[in-house]
Amino acid sequence: MTQTITRELPALESNRELIIPPGQERALANGLTVIVIERHSVPLVEVRLRVPFERAELDPSFVAKASLLSQTLFSGTATMSTGDIAAALQTVGGALSASVDSDRLLVSGNGLAEGLPAILTVLADVLTGATYPAGEVETERARLIDGIQVAQSQPSHLVRVAMHRRIYGQHPYSMQTPAIADVTPLGTGDLAELHVARVGPAGATLIIVGDVDAPATLDLVETTLGGWAGPAVRESLPPVPPFATGPVVLANRPGSVQTSMRLALPAVVRTHPDHAALQLANLVFGGYFSSRWVENIREDKGYTYSPHSVIEHSAAGSAVILGADVATAVTAPALLETWYELGRLATTPPAEDELEQARQYALGSLLLGMSTQAGLAGLASTYAGQGLRLDFLAEHAARLAAASRDDVGRVAATYLAPTRAATVLLGDAEVVGESLTALSTVERTSA
Amino acid sequence: MLAPDRSAPVVGVAVVYDVGIRSEPQGRTGFAHLFEHLMFQGSANLEKLAHFRYVQGAGGTFNGSTHLDYTDYFEMLPSNALERALFLEADRMRGPRLTEENLRNQIDVVKEEIRVNVLNRPYGGFPWLKLPPVMFDTFPNAHDGYGSFDDLESATVPDAADFFAKYYAAGNAVLSLAGDFNPEQAAKLVERHFGDVPARPAPDRPDFTEPDLTAERATSYTDRLAPLPAFAAAWRVPDPIKDFAGYLPYVVLAEVLTDGDASRLIQRLVLKDRSVTSVSGYVSFMGDPFDVRDPTSLLLQAHLPPGTAVAPVLTAVQEETDRVAQDGLEPGELARTVARMSTHLLRDKDTVLNRALQYAVTEQQRGDAAIAGELPTLLAQVTEEQVRAAAATLAPNRRALVEVVAGGAS
Repeated sequence: MTQTITRELPALESNRELIIPPGQERALANGLTVIVIERHSVPLVEVRLRVPFERAELDPSFVAKASLLSQTLFSGTATMSTGDIAAALQTVGGALSASVDSDRLLVSGNGLAEGLPAILTVLADVLTGATYPAGEVETERARLIDGIQVAQSQPSHLVRVAMHRRIYGQHPYSMQTPAIADVTPLGTGDLAELHVARVGPAGATLIIVGDVDAPATLDLVETTLGGWAGPAVRESLPPVPPFATGPVVLANRPGSVQTSMRLALPAVVRTHPDHAALQLANLVFGGYFSSRWVENIREDKGYTYSPHSVIEHSAAGSAVILGADVATAVTAPALLETWYELGRLATTPPAEDELEQARQYALGSLLLGMSTQAGLAGLASTYAGQGLRLDFLAEHAARLAAASRDDVGRVAATYLAPTRAATVLLGDAEVVGESLTALSTVERTSA
Repeated sequence: MLAPDRSAPVVGVAVVYDVGIRSEPQGRTGFAHLFEHLMFQGSANLEKLAHFRYVQGAGGTFNGSTHLDYTDYFEMLPSNALERALFLEADRMRGPRLTEENLRNQIDVVKEEIRVNVLNRPYGGFPWLKLPPVMFDTFPNAHDGYGSFDDLESATVPDAADFFAKYYAAGNAVLSLAGDFNPEQAAKLVERHFGDVPARPAPDRPDFTEPDLTAERATSYTDRLAPLPAFAAAWRVPDPIKDFAGYLPYVVLAEVLTDGDASRLIQRLVLKDRSVTSVSGYVSFMGDPFDVRDPTSLLLQAHLPPGTAVAPVLTAVQEETDRVAQDGLEPGELARTVARMSTHLLRDKDTVLNRALQYAVTEQQRGDAAIAGELPTLLAQVTEEQVRAAAATLAPNRRALVEVVAGGAS
């Protein structure tokens, strides 16, 4: 280089204000809560319908039925076939699809804003009149089974299953994907029965975000979905059990060229006074790229491509889930560095500058997350599922702004101590087993 | 490129360099992508790790990605950090810190990226890494863009310096901003930070053209982890840049065939024949039809139920494309397909970062960023006749085919 000029990093302008777009809300007589948020950036609309789908006990057959129901909800009504439904939606630039987990059935979609009446009409037809035609059920049942087989060949899926088994025991959360044997016997009758029992408006939330007029949209929804009736069946989930710590679980996947490493640590719900500080502690530890863990095991040591640490919130409890896929040869050293970074934060509060960096990231993420129609819809639906509204984010931002080094150090010691971690590894046990025994007792299982 | 939009307090900043996988030297497969990693390892005034910390410490996110014809670097941030992002991009445009230590570290990281995305999972690299060597003969078009471990490990610091000198010239880059800013002020900030980046001209872009296939090329390989058989078929399409009007009908055709449960191949293969468990279709190997140059292809890929054969499915695909070619489309079929495509384009545009990226790439490849905003209109002008004509070209003798044998079937 011919010249060396030292250039100063320009200062940031003052922080942008967190403006939470106001939502208009209406509780329909049938129990459905409707929230409409206007954002006129593009002439589109986003739709999220969240129907509670908890099961109070571990019920493999229910998991299978719920999965197949989510794949066949749009397979037909008295007057429309699968193709008719898809074409009606596509005509207004739209599409809808359903997914299910241990907490909820979620119908998601979007389309041209002017097509919202058509989209809601299809949605209402399906909610009140899905017929689960035998032929389509047979088709989707086979596809679901194929899909389960593909999932079972993926390390990310296998290690998640092993972790859920480890931390959730007999809690309903321990089974998120159905067993093929439980899918095989299902038919129209099972799905129709489950629909009647559980696909109802009581406790459900419909979020609409986009280039719409909020009051008119509330009226439109009331007209279109006011006739959706259904049972008020709500099951209550038991709280998740304390996570089993103890030996490292090593699930064998012969020939694996990487080890999929996952650790689960306890966390708190979004409304808990510790949540903001825990979010910051997790960021400092490994929750974003500029964290201790990522800088250590990726940017310094090159053990892995994409380590991540995320706080997952579910209805029955929250968890911090760490994940990294590391080269087989460095499995034990990568686990050691992970424990080291957890332990370091749990015993020494973060420095002021790393806390400030994490704080700015958390606050900025709120702005970024609300800057699109799809982002707003996703946030509004997720928060509604926990009985919250987007204005909760202002409260949360204030807590993020106020959290001190001591607060973050305290929650790190409480929640992120390595002694509290449940650790599951999926990899070639013949290759990695021996070196792991230098660090911990190891419990071997099959994948 | 400046695209202001004050509807949310965020900005997207993108720098796109006109170099991608096709420009890698022989013996250096994967180098464009490896070099992308090196652009994050410190630069003229920034230590290693500083880029990440400055972006995230301002509340933003960052990334980069390597495509066949370009490499992009980008940030999305609260708008109070716009100037910081410009500083960071200008600094690495002056030159990354290319050290042996950083190179070795990022070779290790990229190898783990390849293991997690390709080697340790079923269907890794299928079909984007598997089809090009079947369809093409020349190194630029045919080689593995993720790279072989041998080639990656052979990379040297002088290789990286040469690559930067040749391709990362200011004249070979487009900077694009979208979101919450005042255009006059933003222009001043751009001038302040980029104005003294040394001017270097863009290198000549080689001609990557190859002739179309005249006879089918087919291959198969066993994926030891895959539980289901699969195939991908591809046909060459018109030049996306020189013959955009001739190219767009193929982009529409891919959606007519595979977008949603009302589409031709889902109706036929999934719902009627039950001969596939999933099918998808798109134009360009990386699924970015408006970000690619010639030569490229229309691709169809499908996964089949365990133990079933590919040949009858290919016959059914042929019958369906022939049916489109001969009988045309149903009333409303073209309009609804294009309506859904418009939604996808508008939804992308709602993210300021995607808007910035699309304007930058469109400017670079087409010399007119405005085309990015006209895509819904241009797609709406595609006629049924054009879609029929496009379907008529999907003949077996122009096809490149890759079959995946399910080595992991239980």
